[in-house]
Amino acid sequence: MKRALALVERDMRKFRRSPALLFASLVLPLVQLVILGNAFGGNIKNVNLGVVNLDHGPQSADVIERLRAVGANARTFLPTDYDDEGAAVRDLRRGVLGAVVIIPQRYSRDLLERHQPHLALITDNTDRSVAGAVSQQMSDLVASINAPQVTPRERAQAALDVVEVYPYINYIKYLLPGSVTLAIFVTAMIGGGMLFIDDKARGLHEGYMVTPITKWELIAGFNLSGVIKAMLAGMTVLVLGGVIAEVPNFFEPVRLAELTMMAVLTSVALIGMMFFIMARISDPLVPRAIFGVLNTLLFFPSGAVYPIAGFPGWLRWMSVCDPFTYAVHGFRTLLLKDSGITAVTTDIFALALTSVVVLSGATLLFRRTL
Amino acid sequence: MASAASPNLSIDVEDITKRFGALVAVEHVSFSVKAGEIFGLLGPNGAGKSTLIRMLTTLVPPTNGTATVAGYDIVRDPDAVRCRIGVIPQNMTSDPELTCAENIGIHARLFGITGTQRRERTAELLKAVGLQDRANALASTLSGGMRRRLEIARGLVNDPPILFLDEPTTGLDPASRISVWEMITHLRAQQGRTLFLTTHYMDEADRLCDRVAIVDKGRIVALDTPVALKSSVPGASRIEVQFEPDLPNGAADLEALPAVQSVRPLGSATYRISSDRGPASAQELVELARERQLELKSLSVESTSLDDVFLHYTGHGLAEADAPAGAGQAKKGGPR
Repeated sequence: MKRALALVERDMRKFRRSPALLFASLVLPLVQLVILGNAFGGNIKNVNLGVVNLDHGPQSADVIERLRAVGANARTFLPTDYDDEGAAVRDLRRGVLGAVVIIPQRYSRDLLERHQPHLALITDNTDRSVAGAVSQQMSDLVASINAPQVTPRERAQAALDVVEVYPYINYIKYLLPGSVTLAIFVTAMIGGGMLFIDDKARGLHEGYMVTPITKWELIAGFNLSGVIKAMLAGMTVLVLGGVIAEVPNFFEPVRLAELTMMAVLTSVALIGMMFFIMARISDPLVPRAIFGVLNTLLFFPSGAVYPIAGFPGWLRWMSVCDPFTYAVHGFRTLLLKDSGITAVTTDIFALALTSVVVLSGATLLFRRTL
Repeated sequence: MASAASPNLSIDVEDITKRFGALVAVEHVSFSVKAGEIFGLLGPNGAGKSTLIRMLTTLVPPTNGTATVAGYDIVRDPDAVRCRIGVIPQNMTSDPELTCAENIGIHARLFGITGTQRRERTAELLKAVGLQDRANALASTLSGGMRRRLEIARGLVNDPPILFLDEPTTGLDPASRISVWEMITHLRAQQGRTLFLTTHYMDEADRLCDRVAIVDKGRIVALDTPVALKSSVPGASRIEVQFEPDLPNGAADLEALPAVQSVRPLGSATYRISSDRGPASAQELVELARERQLELKSLSVESTSLDDVFLHYTGHGLAEADAPAGAGQAKKGGPR
């Protein structure tokens, strides 16, 4: 085992001397965290809403009053008055407006005569997020118009009270576990798989193959140095991301220890997986070529950016086989729920099993000779 | 487990063969190297020299045959072999992103040398190869000659009784070559190591080696001391002569001279003559020119070189054999 530490020393010296590797490992996950975290999952605001009032009665004035209240407070949309329905729809098609509300003629009279008048909402459904947000806001607005002014005495009305177990989770917090896993994966690719292949391509491996280092020591040395580097990258993104995403009580020691353990397990599994893939490869272009494919195959089915419950069946099966899934779930449970180690036993087991399988496979494939 | 090989033999190779698919890189090669000897494998690129050295240094398993190095079988006991050898591969295998001291120190650790012993050994070796002032310089900043010296220092880190050098001066400038030659001579003279080197430079083999094996197309075609090899070639001297104008009967006039063994016309009234008696032949040529009233435009006499030996045993010169195709030619993942 002493000889394995020589490889670790070598890699650590090179790692320290080449901050570009650490930088490269951190940039992608952190940029993704900050950009995607802020780009997705936020509330839709300031959608231009055209309002065509064909009624001009007291009830339509109430509707317009409520629309303006939304524009002034929730700011989901900003109403603009239009006299002509055709002009409003033209502006909707040109992208000037995000939606158009039409208050029909006789709206006030029909409402008072209980003839159930219809407000029309025309949305730009090329953008489902904006259309959905405006529709939801308008549904709430119509429900508030329909709500009786005086509570009826005959029958009690059922109500739903929603209670969120955890403090408000914005998307950047939701994304953080995936970013930590991604940092570990990128380091496993660059600092684990690629370095080993580069050693082969430059003939440097001949230098240590002629020493008495055993096959087991070589495997242990490569994987240990890879795990240390991946851990460093993962923990750096975890701490920076925790601060950026404002995770509450982030520096609580027990939770940090649990997160560190999860980072170690994830690093061992992903470094082992890279070593398994690279055990018989000599061409330095191969890891570069498969990097993007692997990233997509592992990162996106893991539930890092979107819930697995929303996947089609075949993709859900992929996520079951994906070690990223367990890493992301484990980090998310510890980071956002703070549920303790017992809540992640399945993730620990899955990552440990992955580590055993890939390292056994890599040991079988790895050759001590050229 | 050590084999029953003679204690005077550092390397003993018996009928070793290496195939890469259909390509036979080394074919039924046998030889032995005595302790303290500088043994050279001379041959063109692709002759199988590097494959042979890679088998002996346990990097590549042989297809057939056996070999012992330092008394240990290369297949059955490779770790024992690795503990007793130093290897300076053809490719620079020191890490360019590490300093000279780090390269040696980490290599020492791979041999289980740690702590103070490691630091002392590193300093000692850097001094021995004249790189003590560059201890903290990155290997990538060294010149080719310095880098080769670093490789030699690294190969000596475990103080091995047997040192393998695969084309140690390939790609070096003349000054660096001489420096490496001096280092190799010193290694044997001062420390009594066995040195096994491969080269495709005739002068290198001639100057450094006690014995030379000539390798061509995976086989050893001749093996002896450089002097014995040269003596084995008919025509110990090589004479090149140019007349003005040309001889009336060309090569036939020269073949009639008593000291001349063979004549090869080179064109432009120039002839290459092989002779066992160089000075006598030169005198005969001067007299012939005077008799025929010809001018001797040039006359040079050279002793037989290993080049001639190679030509004699293989039927072609080294440069011709360096052509890219042919048996034993290097290919990716295969022999070199």
